[in-house]
Amino acid sequence: MIIHHPILGPRDSAEFTYLGDANLIHRPDWQAEDALAQFTDYGYQRKNPAGVHRELWFHEQGDRSWLVVTRNTVTHEITKVELARDVARAEGRDT
Amino acid sequence: MHDFVEITPLGGGAPRVQEINGIVLSEVTDRALASVAARLGQEDEAKALVSGFIEAPAPDAGRLSGSAKSAFWTGPDQWMVEAPIETHEDLAAELSEKAASRASVTEQTDGWCRFDLEGGDLVAVFEILCPVDLRKGQKGDATRTSIDHLGCFVLRRETDLVSVIGPRSSAGSLFHALETAVRAVR
Repeated sequence: MIIHHPILGPRDSAEFTYLGDANLIHRPDWQAEDALAQFTDYGYQRKNPAGVHRELWFHEQGDRSWLVVTRNTVTHEITKVELARDVARAEGRDT
Repeated sequence: MHDFVEITPLGGGAPRVQEINGIVLSEVTDRALASVAARLGQEDEAKALVSGFIEAPAPDAGRLSGSAKSAFWTGPDQWMVEAPIETHEDLAAELSEKAASRASVTEQTDGWCRFDLEGGDLVAVFEILCPVDLRKGQKGDATRTSIDHLGCFVLRRETDLVSVIGPRSSAGSLFHALETAVRAVR
């Protein structure tokens, strides 16, 4: 499988490690009233779709950037690859 | 006074140099290394620090630049700076002082080992070693990849001169991998 890195171009997926659902970049506010419930969801609840899935990949044997990869879990077709920090910034986060 | 004996990453008293199949495979120990990483919102300052030091533009993604003092791109807003160890043994401290808390500088010299491969059919050698395709690349390319499970930087200094910078603690294994690949190409 080839992942088209947004900066470095096509790279072999063997250079990457997989983390899982891209929602992991939405870490809840630990000071919220219902922080415990939010962290329980954050830590344990995952959708496991047969189809399009946004997920986090780490370019461990490359430039060590985190990527948000949109991949079809049935066909393994990758339709979009973004830098995780660009995704976070587009959502208005400053980190 | 302590009386330490300097050894190279391969454990010798002098850097190892071997010529096999027309390719010179040499251990390089005369360069100091330090990494420069930008702090949030101060990306331009880090870039200016690198370019000011190497007296050349800071390299773009996947590239290296400079000559006597040089730098290569290691990740978004991160660079590795190289300088002659004879004049810049304290490279990290020197850069850190220039950075004045506007960029993060880390000493790297003794974390890495470097082997240069020069001449011969390097394209075929790297086809055996890693996914980096030298045939498609050009002089000035710098990328990190995996060679025999070791994360290594592959730097194309000249068309027929490639540096491999890998973890010093695995210098022997890396050298063995390079030597095996060089021997396999005729």
